[in-house]
Amino acid sequence: MPHSPESVQARAHHFVDMEQQREAGTLGMWAFLVTEIMFFGGLFLAYAMYRAMYPEAFAAASHRLNIILGALNTGVLICSSLTMVLAVRSAQLGEVKALKRYLVATIVLGSAFLVVKAFEYSHKIHEHLVPGASFHFEGPYGQHAEIFFSLYFMMTGLHALHMIIGIGVLLVLLYMAQRGRFTAEYYSPVDIAGLYWHFVDIVWIYLFPLLYLIGRDT
Amino acid sequence: MGKAEHHAVVDLDNDYIHAGYGVKSWLLTVDHKRIAILYLISITIFFFVGGFFAFLLRLELMTPQGDIVSAETYNKLFTMHGVVMIFFFLIPSIPAVLGNFLVPLMIGAKDLAFPKLNLLSWYVYNIGGIFALYALVNGGVDTGWTFYTPYSSTYSLSNVVPVVIGAFILGFSSILTAVNFIVTIHKMRAPGLTWFKLPLFIWASYATSIITVLATPVIAITLALLAFERVMGVGIFDPALGGDPILFQHLFWFYSHPAVYIMILPSMGVVSEVVSCFARKKIFGYKFMAGAIMAIAIFSFLVWGHHMFVSGQSVYAGYVFSALSFMVAIPSAIKVFNWTATLYKGNIEFRTPILYAFGFIGLFTIGGLTGLFLASLATNVHLTDTYFVVAHFHYIMVGGAVMGYLGGIHYWWPKMTGRMYNEAWAKFSALILFVGFNLTFFPQFILGYLGMPRRYYIYPPEFQVLNVLSTAGSTILGLGYIIPMVYLLWSLRKEKNVGANLWGATGLEWTTQSPPTTHNFEKIPVVTGEPYMYHQEAKSAA
Amino acid sequence: MWSFPLLPDSASTIADKIDALFYFLVAVSLFFSLVITIGLAYSAARFRKGSPASRKGALNDYLPLELAWSLIPLAIALFIFGWSAKLYLDMRVPPSNAMEVYVVGKQWMWKIQHPEGNREINELHIPVGRPMKLIMTSQDVIHSFYIPAFRVKQDVLPGRYTTQWFQATKPGEYHLFCAEYCGTSHSGMIGKVIAMEPAEYEQWLMGSSRAGIAMASSGKELFDRYGCRTCHRQDSGPRGPALDGLWGKRVQLADGKTVVADQEYIRESILNPAAKTVAGYQQLMPSYRNQLTQDQVNQLIEYIRTLAPVQEK
Repeated sequence: MPHSPESVQARAHHFVDMEQQREAGTLGMWAFLVTEIMFFGGLFLAYAMYRAMYPEAFAAASHRLNIILGALNTGVLICSSLTMVLAVRSAQLGEVKALKRYLVATIVLGSAFLVVKAFEYSHKIHEHLVPGASFHFEGPYGQHAEIFFSLYFMMTGLHALHMIIGIGVLLVLLYMAQRGRFTAEYYSPVDIAGLYWHFVDIVWIYLFPLLYLIGRDT
Repeated sequence: MGKAEHHAVVDLDNDYIHAGYGVKSWLLTVDHKRIAILYLISITIFFFVGGFFAFLLRLELMTPQGDIVSAETYNKLFTMHGVVMIFFFLIPSIPAVLGNFLVPLMIGAKDLAFPKLNLLSWYVYNIGGIFALYALVNGGVDTGWTFYTPYSSTYSLSNVVPVVIGAFILGFSSILTAVNFIVTIHKMRAPGLTWFKLPLFIWASYATSIITVLATPVIAITLALLAFERVMGVGIFDPALGGDPILFQHLFWFYSHPAVYIMILPSMGVVSEVVSCFARKKIFGYKFMAGAIMAIAIFSFLVWGHHMFVSGQSVYAGYVFSALSFMVAIPSAIKVFNWTATLYKGNIEFRTPILYAFGFIGLFTIGGLTGLFLASLATNVHLTDTYFVVAHFHYIMVGGAVMGYLGGIHYWWPKMTGRMYNEAWAKFSALILFVGFNLTFFPQFILGYLGMPRRYYIYPPEFQVLNVLSTAGSTILGLGYIIPMVYLLWSLRKEKNVGANLWGATGLEWTTQSPPTTHNFEKIPVVTGEPYMYHQEAKSAA
Repeated sequence: MWSFPLLPDSASTIADKIDALFYFLVAVSLFFSLVITIGLAYSAARFRKGSPASRKGALNDYLPLELAWSLIPLAIALFIFGWSAKLYLDMRVPPSNAMEVYVVGKQWMWKIQHPEGNREINELHIPVGRPMKLIMTSQDVIHSFYIPAFRVKQDVLPGRYTTQWFQATKPGEYHLFCAEYCGTSHSGMIGKVIAMEPAEYEQWLMGSSRAGIAMASSGKELFDRYGCRTCHRQDSGPRGPALDGLWGKRVQLADGKTVVADQEYIRESILNPAAKTVAGYQQLMPSYRNQLTQDQVNQLIEYIRTLAPVQEK
């Protein structure tokens, strides 16, 4: 079977054409994101149930989160989504230089998010708000506040893990871009990574109000 | 279609098995057919491990008192039997072995959409398996495969966390395979192969994949929360610390009920292929059959609460879940009646696979009908958590899913290996399995109605006779699983001795040589006809 | 050895009704199994390969048939659902005149206390012909209180009460099983339910060596010993609400909700007072989680229940 040089490079043998390969990749990522939604969905369900059961305790615990750092991180992530979109756009247009620039920007913003998150975590450790033997929460709501913080660490921890994986993926893309693997005809890895990155951002857009804001006024 | 003649001359060594030699060529393969073989080896090992546990359980239950193992060991045995059989055998069985091998072949593709991901999923499966085996060697786990809290999170002293991590990792293997199937079936069908021309095995694989993608992540996060709770000592599901154990049950069954259909739907797909082929007749009510598969997949997500009628769930929730559970009976009935109708005025050839299919239909019918007893609220109260439930789900999972799996293995073995097994032995073992299975599990229906609770190490003496019958049956059943192992392996010693299509079946997988080449098809086939067009005068009345 | 039962004892008012439904289900199952078996066997024999039977008019689909075998099972399923749901409601709602017994499950025994004070372990004595309501909770993991001869079963959960009721119809000894897996000696968490003629039962209550102080009296003793009265009395003012006549009333809470003062509410208020604060009061009460056993909580509940309304005289 004859192969033209560029198809050998970009198209896997079992696809009929580039179109089929691109569509397969995109659909695969969407299917995977459905899985991710259900994954976080279990946590959101647990959160909703316990908030309904212990509204006062959850409000009291929520007060211990740093709303300024949370808001800052929200801003950082929204900006990273913008740079990610710009990276995808540059890839579509075949502007490899711009692509690399925007990938770097996205990686930097993602890392900034993680640094801020690390600060928040170290505060929580310092204030004995990490669930477990050393957990301490003044007032009548200690036990239920511990459930809040269990969910807080599970939700934000899993989110941070997704961020780390995302940054890893972007680094690979950067390397591939450096090697000149992307052209205006072949850029679907960037496209698919973009889907993933936006998904991770959207999860945070829900986590921020649920964990930091709701019940704040009581 | 019947294009077998195209491959009358077969280059003996030009197939996927001879595409590379040495261990490395297998461990680094991205060929879906080789990965299927890798899975076949892995799950067969786990099947016999899980079966060995079951045999020890049955031996222990020969007498009312404790004999050969301690209560603690007994509890670990039934837990590991459940964990191994469900997570490491039944869930991957048909999708990962037959599905991997056949989905691309049946839709005229050269491979699955993501071959590397496919290989990765096999490695992920084995990493999950290593965690489970580690827990086993390290003393086992005694929570029951259901991991109910707060026993699993606070009270059990066994290796809960490694097993939970194993199941968690395994979930990703299922998800990767499912994503691969969904994309492949959507995007890589041969030209002309529209949805309603797909074989029912593809429909079943598709529905199974959808369930896997939607349900598996929920068990993953639930088990992650359980591990977090156990390690950190917090009370997400422990009422002593403000948590709610019923939430765990809801989350657990939200996955684990659909998981039942992950196990049984692929078998239904296999049976449809086999029945149609050996009746030499188009499957009766094709569109209803495809619709029933999708209906079962949808209903599977709406009935989890029927595991919890006596858990303390509200009466109204009980009503809703009971009513929805009865609805599952409708698509199940459609399938059984349609298989039966397919045989009517067929031209039935009694080869090995259809014997397994007959076994499936009979046992699945009993399993399904006894499901009504459990969907019904008032009888459920008495029967739940007794041996009636044990018998019911073994009729579905062993009588149904495993029979279908073995039927599929016997049907496609010549395609996978290019060799035919000894059919006399194969028919004999199908008979042995059917008899042994019923002797093992039918007495358990009676035991359950008498009130014998499940997971009992010792039991009142009046239950002994039925337990002895069950144990006797399990010995026969065990034999029935070992015989196929022997003659199937034995067949590999022979020369390749089958053509492309020894059953004279329709379907694209039979148009290519046996075993197929690495790329499956020399030329991507173009599909024009309906599925299951066996030569006869049957016609549509509609 | 060969005289073994194939049908369970039937010894409660609900048992025969469950059995009737069960046998109907058996009949439905037999019918459909036979239809399928005969269908398979007939086709297998008559239309085997090479048989001379005519294959003329073979169909590949036929809508009326599909509808028939969808809608007939649907109708049967709905009928069974309705029948079963009605029975289930009867099983779930205890008659108002039911006698009550407290059950506490723990690894691996059943602790039972009658309001009259009699305590039992792994045995439950009941009178026949009287509805009995079990108020059950667990000290550790989930258990399930199962009496096969009565066809009743209910999970017993830590941290909350569940109830079930039954009415025995004939005297005798019946199995009591734990039906929810609860750890190493799960299968040893068994006992006996002993149904007696009412007169005999009265005698047992009075004459049993375990006969002791009525639960309410024990509860009063605890109420005094832990100084509950300091805050919970008519003139205690803002320190705590009075409990006289509380039982069964609707309580207005600080967050605007209301709650019925039942076992669940009183138990929660003792063990986790912060969960629900009565309107007009401050949350001052400490938790008694680590000081009271589940049995003692039950006794306190029985005591509070007996506190007659004072002002309404």
